[in-house]
Amino acid sequence: MNLKRFNWEPYLLLLPSILYLALFFAWPMVQSFGLAFRTDDGQLTLAHMQRMFNDVGFTKALRNTVMLIIAIVPLQFILALIMALLMMERLRGSNMLVYIYSIPLAISDLAAGIIWFSIFTERGYLNSFLYSLGVIDKPFLFLNYQTKWPLVAIVLAEVWRATSIVFVVLVAGLQSIPRDYVEAAEVFGAGWFARVWRVILPLLRPSIQTALILRTILAVQVFAVVSAIAGRGMTVLANEAYLWYREYRNPHLAATYAMFILTISLITAFIYLRALRTKEEMIL
Amino acid sequence: MAEIQVKNVRKTFGKVKAVWDIDLTVHDREFVVLLGPSGCGKTTLLRCIAGLEQVDQGRIYIGQRDVTDLPPKQRQIAMVFQNYAVFPHLTVFENVAFGLRMQHKPKDEIKKRVQDAAELLHIEELLDRYPAQLSGGQRQRVAVARAIAVDALVLLMDEPLSNLDALLRLEMRAELKRLLQEIEATTLYVTHDQVEALSLGDRIAVMRSGQILQYDTPLNVYDKPADLFIGGFIGNPPMNFLDGEVRTEDGQVVVHTGGGDIYPPPDVGAMLSRLKEPSVLVGIRAENIETLPAPAEGALQAEVLVVEPLGSHNLITMQLGTEQVKVNTSADFKAQPGQTLWLRLNIDKICWIEKATGRAMYPD
Amino acid sequence: MKQKTFSRRLIGRVLAYLLAILIALWILIPIYFITVAAFSPKDVIYSWPKSLLPQTISLETLLFFINAQYVLDSLWNSVKVALLTLVISLVIGAPAGYALARYIFPGKDAFRIIILSTRAFPIVILSIPLAVTFMQWGLYDKLISVALLHVAMALPTTILVTSSVFIGVSKELEEAATVFGCNRVQAFTRVALPLALPGLAASAIFTFVLSWNEVFAATILTIQNRTLPARMFVQLAASPIPFRFAGGFFILVPAVVFMFFIRRYLFSLWGITLK
Repeated sequence: MNLKRFNWEPYLLLLPSILYLALFFAWPMVQSFGLAFRTDDGQLTLAHMQRMFNDVGFTKALRNTVMLIIAIVPLQFILALIMALLMMERLRGSNMLVYIYSIPLAISDLAAGIIWFSIFTERGYLNSFLYSLGVIDKPFLFLNYQTKWPLVAIVLAEVWRATSIVFVVLVAGLQSIPRDYVEAAEVFGAGWFARVWRVILPLLRPSIQTALILRTILAVQVFAVVSAIAGRGMTVLANEAYLWYREYRNPHLAATYAMFILTISLITAFIYLRALRTKEEMIL
Repeated sequence: MAEIQVKNVRKTFGKVKAVWDIDLTVHDREFVVLLGPSGCGKTTLLRCIAGLEQVDQGRIYIGQRDVTDLPPKQRQIAMVFQNYAVFPHLTVFENVAFGLRMQHKPKDEIKKRVQDAAELLHIEELLDRYPAQLSGGQRQRVAVARAIAVDALVLLMDEPLSNLDALLRLEMRAELKRLLQEIEATTLYVTHDQVEALSLGDRIAVMRSGQILQYDTPLNVYDKPADLFIGGFIGNPPMNFLDGEVRTEDGQVVVHTGGGDIYPPPDVGAMLSRLKEPSVLVGIRAENIETLPAPAEGALQAEVLVVEPLGSHNLITMQLGTEQVKVNTSADFKAQPGQTLWLRLNIDKICWIEKATGRAMYPD
Repeated sequence: MKQKTFSRRLIGRVLAYLLAILIALWILIPIYFITVAAFSPKDVIYSWPKSLLPQTISLETLLFFINAQYVLDSLWNSVKVALLTLVISLVIGAPAGYALARYIFPGKDAFRIIILSTRAFPIVILSIPLAVTFMQWGLYDKLISVALLHVAMALPTTILVTSSVFIGVSKELEEAATVFGCNRVQAFTRVALPLALPGLAASAIFTFVLSWNEVFAATILTIQNRTLPARMFVQLAASPIPFRFAGGFFILVPAVVFMFFIRRYLFSLWGITLK
């Protein structure tokens, strides 16, 4: 390679980002390993890991997190797909709809948690509504942690808040599908359902992949919304990490939880990538 | 204005030889067109001259000054880009004034020169507008005005008409020609459109695969293509090429082609008889074939396949022996598919090509 | 036959509108509730049964929230952290975005893939090791530490978004500028930058919202100097209900307003796929 002619400009422009991500992204990841698998005096150990697995909070947190993911992700995906397909119908006012549908993108999980708390709380809007319909005569305690209702409230809050991101990714994907394909399918006699199933969804595969990965990873780290709605009554993995760091002052256990969350995230990302493998030649 | 000299310039992108050891001289006030199919390296060569690409080797001179290692701003060039590159955030006035402002010209002078350029391009009315409010043709004019407003030694144009629709392109072509004659700029103009090249250029450099195949006047490029490729690339329809066998009969050179014999003039005959292999390609343009309704001396028998009336003339595709030829006839010439006609090739207009090399041969 | 397909189409259309409106209501109604709650006086908030329509409009609850201890301080902290995050990520990320948009160079694809794959890493897990590191560096409980982590979260998106913004500004324009007398830097500042500005602003707002909303890292990395969401999160269980509602509304509003300004860039900001 001709060094004199070699263009260093792009590398110089990338350098700050690379350094930054190395320092504040890659290095902390490595450090997490250190915290999770080493004792304070630097010995390698699985003790933190064992302690985490034996912890009462762990089983509950893992069970709740997994249940949330299983409930939230498919619901969000289906709802977002419906929303995205509606956008293809070229309805009047669809610009307005896109804006409304994407408002939740900007809403924090804490705010969403509080909003749904206002609905599900004892003297909340849901109870008031049910009372006005005559279904109940005194407030029902939805957020009693011995019932499944807090979980339902959290699922609704998360579906409400985070379906938008799936929606936006899917719409972006739909926009990149040439209308010709869909119209060709229509000309050759495909009904609405066949068009969606045989033309749109296969072409949308990369976007579906991205959306599912993003959503699952965000759901694994679900945090503030849980506390805001269920208080201490319910715990999830991120919440345990928080508690171990903040309340029990044990960064090792907190990091172990973090590593566990990372592992789940990477495994799910990997599974999605394999399951929805795209054949390059399919995507023009 | 000044001359451009390109000496032994080479530019590669990875393994692609975009420009391969090219020499080219554009004289002062000359209008030269770089013509070739897409990917032939013509735009890369232009961009090397502009300084937008760094050459791998070779030197580039503009007005005797070696500019090879200078950035574009120091080369004293002006350029018209394929997509106009009219700055969307500046008014037409500011666009045209852009180069002058960068040269820190006094305000009055900028104003005057912008006015002059705008008048030449008939865009005086548009000076306060923003490019988004202009049509494609108007943006094109702004791009040209911007280029001629600055003191440039040479004017570079990269497919400036390719984004206009057909009618506008025709109009702009004539206008560009008038304008460039008026300002007497040394111009290097890149296009893949052979009609544009023929109609605009003082000389045409035909490029292919990073090299210049022929550098000559439009008429010569058209009538005397240097090789098979140029003959096939230039002209609409492209030149017909018929297989020919050269033999000598009673001291006279005869070429057997299209199922008959043709008799080249003596100087051509002498040239053909010196060939190592007796195989040639007989290159003949559609307009140089005479169509006869009845057999005649030296005419070849052919069968009509397709008749395409084009208004000003008819284009007829015919089966001649084992090959097909395209022939122009007058618009009122009647022919039906399946009909037999006789073709007489204008022997002086034939382009003789050595089959083994694809090179055209011309008697001295 | 014709009649039948026509009426089927019509039914389809009506259904589509109904569905679209239902979904819009599903999103808007909770926002409506929290707004009503935030503008209701305390006794209305505690009342039973609550009316679904606004009864008395009052600023009592919002004022109660704003005047609460630490709220204005942490609000100001939130703004500072978000602004810091925005500036740092643009200053570091935009050049990288520009490089991805303008140059072809060995390693470009690898860089892109690394940037994209950072999205598969949960940000939560950065907080704990960084908290330990920042303690060593003496940055713990400083706002800059929260900002630094937020930049790590936002940087990949900033790079990808600014890259698509610069791709949207034709390279030819910058080349034209250099031909007509600019050097590379001038060509950037005079031509590329003004044209990229709206997109860069959108990217900046995106970063602002991201930082404004972030709870976990902010709670882990600070004790005294908390951002508003972090402070609210920590005190949530101990806070009276009107305080929570007003707070929720307070975090919600700027986010929704900013969203309105970047709605044009929605799909380029959030719609990036792995391909």
